[in-house]
Amino acid sequence: MKHRSNLQAVLEGAHFAVTAECGPPRGADSQALREKAQILKGCVDAVNVTDNQTAVVRLCSLASCAILKEMGLDPVLQMTTRDRNRIALQSDLLGASALGIRNVLCLSGDHVCFGSEPQAMGVFDLDSIQLLYAARTMRDQGKFIGGGALSDPPKLFLGAVENPFADPLGFRARRLAKKVAAGAQFIQTQCIYNLERFREWMKQVRDLGLDQKTHILAGLTPLKSARMARYMKEKVAGMDLPDAILERMEKVPASKQTQEGIKIALETIEALREIPGLRGIHIMAVEWEQVVPQLVADSGLLPRPSVDRGQ
Amino acid sequence: MITGTRKPMEEIRAMIAPFGRVLVAGCGTCVAECASGGEKEVALLASQLRMDAKLRKISLEVGEITLDRQCVYEFIDQLTPFLENYDAVLSLACGAGVQAVAEVFPQWVILPGLDTGFLGETREAGLWLENCRGCGECRLHLFAGVCPITRCAKRLFNGPCGGSRAGQCEVSPEVQCAWHLILERLERQGRMDCLEEIYPPCDWSRHQGRGPRKIQREDQRA
Repeated sequence: MKHRSNLQAVLEGAHFAVTAECGPPRGADSQALREKAQILKGCVDAVNVTDNQTAVVRLCSLASCAILKEMGLDPVLQMTTRDRNRIALQSDLLGASALGIRNVLCLSGDHVCFGSEPQAMGVFDLDSIQLLYAARTMRDQGKFIGGGALSDPPKLFLGAVENPFADPLGFRARRLAKKVAAGAQFIQTQCIYNLERFREWMKQVRDLGLDQKTHILAGLTPLKSARMARYMKEKVAGMDLPDAILERMEKVPASKQTQEGIKIALETIEALREIPGLRGIHIMAVEWEQVVPQLVADSGLLPRPSVDRGQ
Repeated sequence: MITGTRKPMEEIRAMIAPFGRVLVAGCGTCVAECASGGEKEVALLASQLRMDAKLRKISLEVGEITLDRQCVYEFIDQLTPFLENYDAVLSLACGAGVQAVAEVFPQWVILPGLDTGFLGETREAGLWLENCRGCGECRLHLFAGVCPITRCAKRLFNGPCGGSRAGQCEVSPEVQCAWHLILERLERQGRMDCLEEIYPPCDWSRHQGRGPRKIQREDQRA
């Protein structure tokens, strides 16, 4: 089994990385997942599989990642601390490694009150930083966080998320520093519409030298309509969508809004590629995976690099 | 203080339905402070029950008593001379008080008249806030006097999540983000370096991981 994930090899090979998100279905049929994955195959370096995104019950992330792996994609296992305690989380990390799933993205997760089972007990036994720390301890020291030795350390490439736009703004880069210190080798950010504020955050990141210690991928969600833009602006927690973007979407007729959204996304990618220290993009086209190949192709990011993953 | 809120009348009415003589027993400490189970509330509930019974033409005898505390044996014992006259006790104490009374008088029916809430602070008249979960390992010194276990909806130990808006929690927008408060205070105190520390996972076994907890102090025992 290859030691490094494709994503790790791409990033360490100094290529500008492209990842995309794939949400599993609300049922046991894997066909929908396979169809989405097929769309993404060949045009991204790795595919994130969400872990019961927005606290809505879905086909589990680990099983979905195994399916993607079998299809020849490089999956990123998203793992939230919301639903499982440290026993289940560590067990899943071993399971992921045993299945050849190398990339793990550690998150706390959306609160249960926003999801399909608002009566559920949110576990939050660990927070995202403690999960990173646990995974790194397992991998590098061959120990569980309870202190016990494990027989064969999992091979993991560890990631975390950061929201450059969340409050309090002045603290976000320092929070990233903490995630890097806990073991985050790559970072995927919240989706970016406010480029100015993102540039400012990246400057703080560079000032702290964090771009040298971790690979930062900028999040991107193409807008499908003006209605979606308004929803993102007003309803999604931690989202920063400037008025100018909303106005731009609202100014074009409904039939051309999708096109405008793609145009904005392409312009954003172009601008992002100019930002020093940024190592790639992460496309979160929620239930709109079909747009990903077009975005990647039109940005001139094809073909994706073929890399040596080691033995 | 332990907070409680009175159960809805419907629920109380259903609970006492099988009994003809009910003693409403208040508790003069915490639940009196949070205006749900003290002497005043006992008097109010007792007269409501009497009126309700009258309107529905039901025979119901309602007695009233308020103990200083229902969680301490010396006070609970004051119920002894009254119990013979009643079929059930409707306790307006917290869950600890209800259980302590039930433990002392196992042959009597003790009914809970309140829903017990949380360990709280009286912020102002009519406003009580949950500030402590009794986790058994106080770390308030690390978090500028704001408990992230209690006051952060995700119990985050290592900084804020990405969802707060203008310092308010995404889960309950009327609640201040605990981490926002922590950061503000640490900054004011010039102690932002506290945040660089990676705090290890909590030892929940000190909380509720092993069933009910107990404190036993030899120096306090007779």
